[in-house]
Amino acid sequence: MNHLDALEAEAITIMREVVAECRSPALLFSGGKDSICLLRLAEKAFRPDAFPFPLVHIDTGHNFPEVITFRDEIVAALNEQLIVGSVAKSIATGRVVLHDVAESRNPHQSITLLDTIAEHGFDALFGGARRDEEKSRAKERIFSHRDVWGQWDPKNQRPELWNIYNARLKLKEHLRIFPISNWTELDVWQYIAREKLDVPTLYFAHAREVIERNGLLVPLTAVTPALAGESVLTKTVRFRTVGDMTCTCPVLSNAATLAEIISETAAATLTERGATRMDDQTAEASMELRKKEGYF
Amino acid sequence: MPSTNIDTLRFSTAGSVDDGKSTLIGRLLYETQGILADQLLSLEEATARHGHVSATDKIDFALLTDGLIAEREQGITIDVAYRYFTTPTRRFIIADTPGHEQYTRNMVTGASTADLTIVLLDVKRGVTMQSYRHAVIASLLGISHLVVAVNKMDLVDYREAAFTALQDHFATFISKLHFTEVSFVPISALKGDMLTTRGKHMPWYNKPTLLEILETTTAHQQQRLDALPLRLAIQRVTKAKFGVNSDLRGYQGTVAAGQLAVGQSLTVAPQQHEGRVSAIYVLKAGSTVVEEIQQAHQGEPVTVVLDRQLDISRGDMLVDTKNSKPYTGQAFSANMCWFDPSILDVQKRYWLKLNCKMVRAIVERVDFKFNVITLAEEQTNTVAMNDIVRVTIMALQPLVFDIYADNHETGAFILIDDTTNRTVAGGMIVSSRQAEP
Ligand SMILES: Nc1nc2c(ncn2[C@@H]2O[C@H](COP(=O)(O)OP(=O)(O)O)[C@@H](O)[C@H]2O)c(=O)[nH]1
Repeated sequence: MNHLDALEAEAITIMREVVAECRSPALLFSGGKDSICLLRLAEKAFRPDAFPFPLVHIDTGHNFPEVITFRDEIVAALNEQLIVGSVAKSIATGRVVLHDVAESRNPHQSITLLDTIAEHGFDALFGGARRDEEKSRAKERIFSHRDVWGQWDPKNQRPELWNIYNARLKLKEHLRIFPISNWTELDVWQYIAREKLDVPTLYFAHAREVIERNGLLVPLTAVTPALAGESVLTKTVRFRTVGDMTCTCPVLSNAATLAEIISETAAATLTERGATRMDDQTAEASMELRKKEGYF
Repeated sequence: MPSTNIDTLRFSTAGSVDDGKSTLIGRLLYETQGILADQLLSLEEATARHGHVSATDKIDFALLTDGLIAEREQGITIDVAYRYFTTPTRRFIIADTPGHEQYTRNMVTGASTADLTIVLLDVKRGVTMQSYRHAVIASLLGISHLVVAVNKMDLVDYREAAFTALQDHFATFISKLHFTEVSFVPISALKGDMLTTRGKHMPWYNKPTLLEILETTTAHQQQRLDALPLRLAIQRVTKAKFGVNSDLRGYQGTVAAGQLAVGQSLTVAPQQHEGRVSAIYVLKAGSTVVEEIQQAHQGEPVTVVLDRQLDISRGDMLVDTKNSKPYTGQAFSANMCWFDPSILDVQKRYWLKLNCKMVRAIVERVDFKFNVITLAEEQTNTVAMNDIVRVTIMALQPLVFDIYADNHETGAFILIDDTTNRTVAGGMIVSSRQAEP
């Protein structure tokens, strides 16, 4: 078996195991490349059946419009059910309180996510996180336990041996399931090319207005305006991740095709998060802190 | 363009605290480009904050592998971490496991999916209790290739005699274990000798570097599973309509061993029903409709349709009627590693999960405890965290299984405590206690 086949097989086996053992799973779909792979793996695992779970998107209200359009198109094409949890609604109802209006909504997604999980009674959520992304992810199980408060306790994880997974839960606890834990960014692109999957146009090189700030290229959007003294430049860029607009930055790139993205990824000298995320630059362990509180 | 047609080697690493395991992995990733520039930068920053290297070295590679806040605060590694790197010939997954005695369970966890284990020795400190323990655990888990990396050769002026003395000493112990291949390699993780490049200091060593060993060893387990008789545990039954005869169910699962082919006569264990494969379905690369295939290989997830209606459910096993069958029974002996802070309760009902089946089971008897340093079998009444024991297990329903040494996929199980839901033990079946194949 070549390595993509082996990674695919592992993920399909995991998905079927979850559906067999969990009462009410759901799949977290962001419109990004990792969750696009998850959708494809769900097709591989369950077709010709409909997916035995709905898709869930946590919408910060600050998503790139191209990604929302893409999300709706792919959900329609697959003919599957999508549930949208809205951070804007959490703010309106007072569940999320922003310290100032310009603050990024990204870390607040956890509350909307946990509320959505509680509202629908989900006990297992598929996520597209990969262990190569970030230090604390490298230590996370494939079946990752969350307590009744949605918290992750990294020091007290269940041992995970062979391919035998423990999906047992108490009432109101849930699991996060990471079928593509062992994939790297390069694997994801190679899989997208092999399976001929569509991805949002943001991933391909395009001309975009950006602001240079702290070594990153901040996209010029309604929620990320230029500050006093900053100048707006037009550059040829692409995105490596497509998260919340307030914290996701593109990289300089001329890669306009999947083949070019693959070559570029293979030769990359920065990690995906380091090159593109404002939120992870602030503290050495900010991802771990967010994850402990229920983040993706 | 990078090739997609390469295989994967999974290996685990173990060593006592301060033998240099983190430095070794950090450098291996760095030299194979598994560390990127921004990680390097945050590593330099972290080195300035918590590092333990001399002022001239900008990077403490060891800090790369400490992922959690508590680990950096306490300067220890708590949990198994998975890391990835690729060379032109192979893709690697490292299960990096901490060396403290209290974290033996992490070693077992990391080694459970490994094709090869690297045990690290500090040439000045020599063989420690942990070195013995690591080798024994790797052997119990059926790892076929053990690599003993003798580190810190720079501290003994790269002398051959220091390396050979340690090799001779440890090799005697290892010969009592069950590895098919053992390699000793002298290295300096700090200076980079014999990892990815040979360096200038050890011309007397003419065998492969550490990376060459990793690149050329066969991923034994995979090849063997291919050649074994068919085992396919049913994960899930679907009512989806396949082909013309829409009454027939589709059975979904992954081929754990052997091959599956259309027309093959199958027996369903444990019921011993018989049937034939009428179709195998998969969704092929780039396609949107499931298609029939003639054959499925080991490791492939499939949907199988048989030629007749049978009563089959999750946890049943499809096997080849004409080939050797698995055991069907309720009692077996197993080697088991206890993971939990709670003590093993003989006579308590645990959940046992094996081959997609979850049943109630009790640990009827603790036969003995392995002294993982002398290999002696010791009598014991209590089984506590990190103990490795031989037990007799009685399940309250029939199970289908193989002996772990014959088939790692179908001879391994976990125990779950039904009050805490924690995974309290991992086990490997040694023999069946009553039934015949
Ligand atoms: N002289 C020398 N020191 C080393 C070597 N490898 C590691 N060390 C040092 O040994 C100490 C422990 O290393 P570390 O990688 O943290 O060990 P771990 O506890 O096994 O992960 C650190 O101070 C390293 O710099 C080596 O090859 N030579």
